[in-house]
Amino acid sequence: MPNAPLPDLLIAGAGIVGTACALAAAEAGLRVVVVEPGAIGAGATAAGMGHLVALEDDPAEFALSALSLRMWNRHADLPEAEFSRCGTLWIAADEAELAAVAPKREAYLARGIAAELIDAPTLARLEPNLRGGLAGALRVPDDAIVYAPRVARVLLDRARALGARVVQGRRVVAMDAGGVRLDDGSRLAAARTLLACGVDTRTLVPELPLRPRKGHLLITERAPGFVRHQLIELGYLASAHGNSDSSVAFNVQPRPTGQVLIGSSRQYGVEDAAVEPAMLRRMLARARTYLPTIGELTALRAWTGFRPATTDGLPLIGPWPPVPGLWLATGHEGLGITTALATARLVVDAMTGATAPIDPTPYWPARVLSPVGDEGRDPRAAPIPAPERGHTTDAIAVRETRTPITPPSPASLVIHLDGVPVPCTPGTTLAAAIATGTRRSRTGTMRAPTCGMGVCGECRATVDGIAHVLTCQVRVAPGMRVTSEREPAHA
Amino acid sequence: MPEHAHPVVIVGAGPAGLAAARAAIESGARALVLDAHDAPGGQVWRRRHDGTHPAPAAQALAILAHPACTWLPAHRVVARDGDALLVQSPQGTSRLPFQRLVLATGARELLLPFPGWTLPGVTGAGGLQALVKGGWPIAGRRVVVAGSGPLLLAAADTVRAAGARVLAIAEEADAAGLARFALSLWRYPAKARQAIALRARLRATPYLPDTHVVRAIGDERVEAVVLADRHGERELACDALAVGHGLVPNVELATLLDCAIDRGAMHPVIAVDALQRTSVPAILAAGEGTGIGGVDRSLAEGCIAGHVAAGDEVRARRAHAARAQAHRFARSLARTFAVPPDYAQRIAPDTLVCRCEDVSWRTLVQADGTPVHADARARKLDTRVGMGWCQGRICGAALAALGVAPDVGVRPPLYPVRIGSMIDL
Repeated sequence: MPNAPLPDLLIAGAGIVGTACALAAAEAGLRVVVVEPGAIGAGATAAGMGHLVALEDDPAEFALSALSLRMWNRHADLPEAEFSRCGTLWIAADEAELAAVAPKREAYLARGIAAELIDAPTLARLEPNLRGGLAGALRVPDDAIVYAPRVARVLLDRARALGARVVQGRRVVAMDAGGVRLDDGSRLAAARTLLACGVDTRTLVPELPLRPRKGHLLITERAPGFVRHQLIELGYLASAHGNSDSSVAFNVQPRPTGQVLIGSSRQYGVEDAAVEPAMLRRMLARARTYLPTIGELTALRAWTGFRPATTDGLPLIGPWPPVPGLWLATGHEGLGITTALATARLVVDAMTGATAPIDPTPYWPARVLSPVGDEGRDPRAAPIPAPERGHTTDAIAVRETRTPITPPSPASLVIHLDGVPVPCTPGTTLAAAIATGTRRSRTGTMRAPTCGMGVCGECRATVDGIAHVLTCQVRVAPGMRVTSEREPAHA
Repeated sequence: MPEHAHPVVIVGAGPAGLAAARAAIESGARALVLDAHDAPGGQVWRRRHDGTHPAPAAQALAILAHPACTWLPAHRVVARDGDALLVQSPQGTSRLPFQRLVLATGARELLLPFPGWTLPGVTGAGGLQALVKGGWPIAGRRVVVAGSGPLLLAAADTVRAAGARVLAIAEEADAAGLARFALSLWRYPAKARQAIALRARLRATPYLPDTHVVRAIGDERVEAVVLADRHGERELACDALAVGHGLVPNVELATLLDCAIDRGAMHPVIAVDALQRTSVPAILAAGEGTGIGGVDRSLAEGCIAGHVAAGDEVRARRAHAARAQAHRFARSLARTFAVPPDYAQRIAPDTLVCRCEDVSWRTLVQADGTPVHADARARKLDTRVGMGWCQGRICGAALAALGVAPDVGVRPPLYPVRIGSMIDL
């Protein structure tokens, strides 16, 4: 081997945190190597909502998110980011919750973040699909959303352009003071190693007080304008940082695609990534208590992810004293995308001896090494029993319908397509009766039935007010009202 | 018999599912059959709009009227919920617990992109057949059928019988391959009789070997197709173009149920043993989901699965010979009607590959033919390919056939569902 210069920094993990650190380090002139076993930004980065939000319940968390939000502005015009400054509406369900809004607003203003009180009538005007009777909201207009997986890729590409090297498809399996060992047995030397691999950091530093917090998300078909802000119930924080093993909160986001992204759930003590219908049901039912018509939307896909949660709720950013040369950037829980850029700033400033824009000490991993007696221990660190899974008591409701296999009557009937009467024969499918396209795709091209068997979805139309009905799968009935659909283009 | 207290739950009422129901009942069990469609028969025995089924289906369909059989039409499995299936029907969502399950989820058509394939009037070959059986008006229309496989003949026959003018059947396979396949049919007398009868009915229709679609032409719908063979290209004015390249096993539900999937071939199949058992205890699979092979293969596998699910391996083994014969036929089919290795060269850079999210070929594959992305997950996150309505069932299978590995993960719900129906069980 020729004498390649020793990298200054090896980063394990190419999620939003690892890639942000890679770019910041490369910009500071460090020689960087990034090791990622999977796709870029495909872990917790892809499982989150991409909500850039200032959370004010903890001063240190607030400082980090406020700094990071300012830094995100740099990427606001990046097409890949799909940046949308939709703002956040913290919803107060009743007068008691509304009482908490004024001090919350003061906290934002004190940090230089705009925040305004929204009364009930204004809230109803801003978000007409919210139920009536809500007390009001706090609007944080500068909060935004991004599509984080692609941002991670762009950040990494930029770091590459500055000389960073990326080793993809390999996993770091061990570290020492001089570098790391990969899963193919090879060794990579580096002056420092930064672990930015979320929950997986546990496998490399088992003594870290890090536990996976499982979350479910569900995305709908396009329904532009259904909600216009990120909507979160004020009780979210209590639930987000609460002690219970599982909880759900109303947390709904308008994606720039026009889709609605529905959260949120949190569970501890579950390591299985499977989507749990019971949890999903709780989460969706919670959302429906705020958005009564959300049940009419069509669910496209649900998934889960694991956020790395620490016992004190703050991320672990900085050197890990037990192993010289080892640094951590993990434990961001649900705020990893918001705080990734500030995290990178703190890491690189500390490595280069620059003065950090905010006090970095609250996030230092060394804090978890301090001896704490049982009395002083955060109760959240206690072992958590596994939550109940599955259902045993649900009623079994299977209808036993027997349809005789007999020919339909030959009488003619009439349906309406976009208001125009269409005579048709009983027994035919709706698609056949219409015999034309009823859908325009998101780039505006006309589509018509293609697979004929309910797979491709090109035959979709709105039937009797129900959106996205597969017309090749239903038979005509008298008086059916069919409306063409147009897939909204991206905002 | 206490082990028969719970019915054998059978997902799919095509030939495999119906055979499984009959076998399970013959072996003393009860059967509960559900299907996403509102009529039984699957794709091959799909009910026609006049309410009739193809004649060969009659005996198999009769089992649904048996007292030991419960038949749930228009019931679609959308997720798993512990040891139950979540099933959606027009009445809402319900939980269907199962102890013994037979997956007879069938196959869908392989639809490959080509310039103009998203134009209205361009369908699958089986797709047009299904639409016509549903009453799609085709009488007097000019139809071109193209692609590859015996399904082309069956589709052409259906649209001809409905009054359409089939201008041509363009078959990718060359004449030598077709001749070898035809000669091999002597081993399968029933297949040979079917093929001869089909050709006789289509004798007025040009059957063009070694011919493929270059592009479909039209503004808001197809108006013409350009076909090519070794001598050059020609344009045919038409009202409908039906293009199919064979079938793709439906393995999504099996994947969601953690059954082992065999990914050795171009399209994944549900892995089963000689008794149609999957890797998950009490879950069996039969029919096209375990590999493409036609009605006889599905009937034999369904029969085995049904008997085994009912605890009757002796009877199950009696169907082994029929299954072995059907498997040989399936291999011969796959050899003759394969996707041409240079197919990707027919796709234009701006041809849409993912029809749900309108993702173009250029976004996915570079000019030199290599994929833009390192892997399927990166491709999906970056381009949204496969993230739309069909969840990659169409473009994922097409990409696999074109040598671009698709995402193999399955996320619930298996089909888009109303959120309200997910909340209110």
